Amino acid sequence: MAMANPLLQVRNLVVEFPTRRGTLTAVDDISFDIAEGEVLGVVGESGAGKSMTGAAVIGLLEPPGRIASGEVLLEGRRIDNLPYEKMRRIRGKEIGAIFQDPLTSLNPLYSIGRQLTETIMTHTDMTPTQARARAVELLAEVGIPAPERRVDQYPHQFSGGMRQRVVIALALCVNPRLIIADEPTTALDVSIQAQIIALLKRLCREHGTAVMLVTHDMGVIAETADRVAVMYAGRIAEIGPVREVIKNAKHPYTHGLMGSIPAIGHDADRLEQIPGSMPRLTDIPPGCAFNPRCLHAFDRCRRDRPELIAVDDGQVSCWLYDTAAGRTTAEAKAIVASRSGTAMERADG
Amino acid sequence: MVAFIIRRFIQSLFVMFVVALVSFAMFQFIGDPVNQMVGIETSLAERAALRERLGLNDPIVVQFWHFIVNAVSGDFGISYQHKRPVADMLLERLPATLELSAVSALFSLLVGIPMGVYTGLNRDGFLAKVFLTVSLIGISLPTFLIGILLIFLFSVTLANAPAISVFGLFAIDPSVLQLPSFGRGTVVDLGGWRTGLLTADGLKALIMPSITLGLFQLTLIMRLVRSEMLEVLRTDYIKFARARGLANRAINFGHALKNTLVPVITITGLQIGSIIAFAIITETVFQWPGMGQMFLQAVQNVDIPIMAAYLMLIAFFFVVINLIVDMLYYVVDPRLRVDTGKATGHG
Amino acid sequence: MADAHTSAPGLLDPLRRFLDGDVWASFKRSPVTVGAAAVTLLYFLAAAFGPWVAPHDPFDLAKLDLLDSLIPPAWMADGDPRFLLGTDDQGRDMLSAIIYGSRVSLLIGFASVLLSMVLGIALGLLSGFVGGAVDAFIMRMAEIQLSFPAILVALLINGVVIGYFKTHPEWQVDQVTLAYVVLVLSIGLSNWVQYARTVRGSTLVERGKEYVQAAHVIGIHPAKIMLRHILPNVMGPVLVIATIQLALAVIAEATLSFLGVGVPPTEPSLGTLIRVGNDYLFSGEWWITIFPGAALAILVLAVNLLGDWLRDALNPKLR
Repeated sequence: MAMANPLLQVRNLVVEFPTRRGTLTAVDDISFDIAEGEVLGVVGESGAGKSMTGAAVIGLLEPPGRIASGEVLLEGRRIDNLPYEKMRRIRGKEIGAIFQDPLTSLNPLYSIGRQLTETIMTHTDMTPTQARARAVELLAEVGIPAPERRVDQYPHQFSGGMRQRVVIALALCVNPRLIIADEPTTALDVSIQAQIIALLKRLCREHGTAVMLVTHDMGVIAETADRVAVMYAGRIAEIGPVREVIKNAKHPYTHGLMGSIPAIGHDADRLEQIPGSMPRLTDIPPGCAFNPRCLHAFDRCRRDRPELIAVDDGQVSCWLYDTAAGRTTAEAKAIVASRSGTAMERADG
Repeated sequence: MVAFIIRRFIQSLFVMFVVALVSFAMFQFIGDPVNQMVGIETSLAERAALRERLGLNDPIVVQFWHFIVNAVSGDFGISYQHKRPVADMLLERLPATLELSAVSALFSLLVGIPMGVYTGLNRDGFLAKVFLTVSLIGISLPTFLIGILLIFLFSVTLANAPAISVFGLFAIDPSVLQLPSFGRGTVVDLGGWRTGLLTADGLKALIMPSITLGLFQLTLIMRLVRSEMLEVLRTDYIKFARARGLANRAINFGHALKNTLVPVITITGLQIGSIIAFAIITETVFQWPGMGQMFLQAVQNVDIPIMAAYLMLIAFFFVVINLIVDMLYYVVDPRLRVDTGKATGHG
Repeated sequence: MADAHTSAPGLLDPLRRFLDGDVWASFKRSPVTVGAAAVTLLYFLAAAFGPWVAPHDPFDLAKLDLLDSLIPPAWMADGDPRFLLGTDDQGRDMLSAIIYGSRVSLLIGFASVLLSMVLGIALGLLSGFVGGAVDAFIMRMAEIQLSFPAILVALLINGVVIGYFKTHPEWQVDQVTLAYVVLVLSIGLSNWVQYARTVRGSTLVERGKEYVQAAHVIGIHPAKIMLRHILPNVMGPVLVIATIQLALAVIAEATLSFLGVGVPPTEPSLGTLIRVGNDYLFSGEWWITIFPGAALAILVLAVNLLGDWLRDALNPKLR
């Protein structure tokens, strides 16, 4: 799906990890866009490459991980090949980040006020007094009571949920255009998760900030995201509007994934499981990475890697939707929905 | 916090009590101290009188009580060998040892911490690997051997080295770099504290002994800071600090280094104690007129009062340093400052 | 570690398991370790067969010739091919003196490591097994002793033991034996804490396990069964500690001898040789002190490297 003026463009991104036993491809040739103010959910099992994609965008891949090929563009400018110092000025100022564990994201030895002001003063010309005033303002904005008093306190004096609010304040403190939120609620109590998601959603809408929301929690995606990208074994299986993907999953993997989630699955009386597990990055099968677990796999799936094919408002990488095979989209969807291998064989002739 | 300090204080008192007990036991173990104090020609009557005067006929518990009371009031008895009050002898030599130890500790911190930070940040750098290899050799070299090698290089070899001609224009005499290898140089008496820190040759005389004494601690601190840096640099809050776009300098020296300080303070505190004790060896190598040298002579001559007093003095230093370290924790780590603060995991 | 419990039928089984195992593999992978092991082995052999491999007998005063005194190493201008590393003030061949000195140093090192190991394991077992006040007392003492540098503790023990023998002439020990006993006692007694802590830790872990309670139920004394299970479990860590302690013990012996409270100059250890040579440093006879010093440093470095490797190989969790 082509966007008029995407804020972020990721083009054929490949992230590799050289190890002693050969090079692992953690992110394997993926492309997607994020529009101004849009919330893109990135969902997948652990090891699917979703966090790695986020880290690559913000230029914080842990060595020896590296971007092997592809491009990352922010408002049309390439940022994946910037020197460290230039990229540093983009981080925090134009692309903010929120990490999984608020308990460990804050430096325990500095007051939160000091951590806020140092970030503000790194990216703006504010004086310490102005920065402090801004810090108090931010704390109020993220819903921390008595911010004038709390600003001088240390992380250990805050609860987990409050700390994640501070982390959000830190990520938003100089109004970045995009925020990479990597599992922002996973470490929190369920009751607090909803609050934090609501806060993040509200703030980003108010500030017009785009979000790349990385999570394994479909519930969070359903509630927050505009579009969703489903990742599997370092590749994008399917990407499209969130309602479309949830209600009408096109990729057999997404379909199985939705079926395995209570309340979202269309068949509420019985939860399904996808047989097998995601391949390790060392032995990804040829063709479609999902083919060994796919009920509908046929020869081509074992041979050729599918490209993203535009279907309705989204894209899916599955050979079932290959128009050259003479199958209509509706037929392909019916096969995926049939949940049995026999339907496939019939369709395949 | 007050409760914590009081608890540590009581623990310290207990340590001092045990050390006093050990010191007291040394006297008992050696046998009759009167034999150590008098000559062969002393008559039995004189011996008995001396014994009575020293309280050696009292019950053992009473003797121990007197021993503690005397020690607290600064009376450690009379040296068997020198027939002088041990306290006076220790006080005379205290400045030499303390100045040497302080300069060594400073040296090891001021060089060790930057080296540790450097090797932590440039883990795979060439220079970092050189530092690490050298530090391993440094740990394997006994202190006295380091001293001997330094003397050999800077006092013997340089003194005998011929002048080096630079392009035939002028000559450099390597012996100007020669360093004194024994004694304290010129000392200035400041109201009973004889200091070598105020004269040029006093300072020069400090160079080799303090390097010798501080080298082991330096390698220890360097390795500690390095491994702590590596640990801290992996934490989420450093990753988050990078994601916030903070400058490297702020991350490395503000966020990371400060978090390595707690273990560094602990080890430094412990090491200052052992620097004072290791001064025994350095003082012997460089004929430094400090307490350690005196203690060694006491060991050789079984001069128990000096040994006991030295042991208690060292224990006292240890205890005081440990209390200071405990208080420094509060300065560095805000998590300890709040009594109601719940335990939170980090790192 | 877990398979130490199963009975091993063949005597060679442990050896085969060792050669197949990770430890041997990691040994072969590290050239530094192989080198360190070779150097250590060389020292051990030289020490064991000293009288047969040394070119001269440095302790035989009858064979010493004062005319041979203070000869520089063989490659220097005034060198003598009979004395590769030169001679000392009494005409002793330095190479032979170093070989004999290493023998003395290693002997005292091994004996004191053995003493602290036995003492530490015994106190650790006692502490972990009996618990309560005994445990608290032993661990408190360990803590206090540990806060003092081992060399200071060794010097104190040294002084007290010398004093004891001086005031108790009924023991009738000659000077050299006395020096050995004093050194082994002072080094051994000042280094037991680490063993005790390690063994106590494993004992506490094992004590809570079901088989100990089960043994109790069927009437076997738990102490008996625990010994059989704990000792194999702690052998790895104890071996690591012992290796590193051997290096420390050799340093401690050299230091004490250098300070003049160790081995007398008649049958010198490496430390004694350095002490004697130190007096000649300024008059230009550097080889009398530098060579024994280098020999000591290389030995300690090699053993340290072995210990470092062993720690990593046996316990990957510790860095």
